[in-house]
Amino acid sequence: MSAARVGVVTFPGTLDDQDAARAVHLVGAQAVPLWHADHDLKGVDAVFLPGGFSYGDYLRCGAISRFAPLMDELIPAARAGLPVLGTCNGFQILCEAHLLPGALTRNASLHYVCRDQRVRVEQNDTAWTSAFGQGQEIVLPVKHGEGRYVASADTIAELEATGRVVVRYIGNPNGSMNDIAGITNEAGNVVGLMPHPEHAVEELVGAPSTDGLGFFTSILKKLVNA
Amino acid sequence: MARVIVDVMLKPEILDPQGQAIARALPRLGFSGVSEVRQGKRFEIELDGPADETALAEVRKMAETLLANTVIEDYTVRVEG
Repeated sequence: MSAARVGVVTFPGTLDDQDAARAVHLVGAQAVPLWHADHDLKGVDAVFLPGGFSYGDYLRCGAISRFAPLMDELIPAARAGLPVLGTCNGFQILCEAHLLPGALTRNASLHYVCRDQRVRVEQNDTAWTSAFGQGQEIVLPVKHGEGRYVASADTIAELEATGRVVVRYIGNPNGSMNDIAGITNEAGNVVGLMPHPEHAVEELVGAPSTDGLGFFTSILKKLVNA
Repeated sequence: MARVIVDVMLKPEILDPQGQAIARALPRLGFSGVSEVRQGKRFEIELDGPADETALAEVRKMAETLLANTVIEDYTVRVEG
């Protein structure tokens, strides 16, 4: 049986694609590099949109990346059920592409925040969080200047009422509404969060935990059982 | 040739910490009487032809698609000159 194949997208200015690929590899899946300028998802079973500063964050974070040729393939595939995880800049791109509601704006403090962050997994019924216990507290690195999640009052109310807040900060680092760190779409296949699971997979590199592995084992379990 | 200006501002209900920081800096520089500052973006679009209704409709489409994120921002379009 061939291993589950998880695509990792690289835009100009992406930083975390190598860490993401390594995290995918560590749980026994195959990481498939995807290039922003290609109209080709290479038949992958899931996609990881990593962090960084794609297109230099010009205009707004993720605003230009959203129109990359690869996104022409990824957006309809995600709407059709392809599991997609976006972290940090990847989350910003998912919001700009309207695959997730709301937007990420400048941190309330105006400071770039780089720290180990405690969060609570509020929903373990998504494609990317099934390995966690409902309400489990984990520690992941955050590193961003524009991570303040905002949305209309109606959208926030709907996210809360329908259980689509996936990860919530314990100690809000950026002023996000309702301490929201990550959300999912209605189907639960698309998840975006500001913290970085792919930086918390190996003790060797001084990560605060290996809690991030759960995101990768979740998707592997889903793909293997599919 | 015509120039069309697109102004993009955060919606009133969205917190603008940059504007707040500017407002806090002004009194330190001796400027008084400012109750609030909000910061936005201005785009100057040079058109090949005249700024007729068709062209302005195109500019509005640009604003809606790329220049503004209408989830958090409002925009206005006007012809300069």
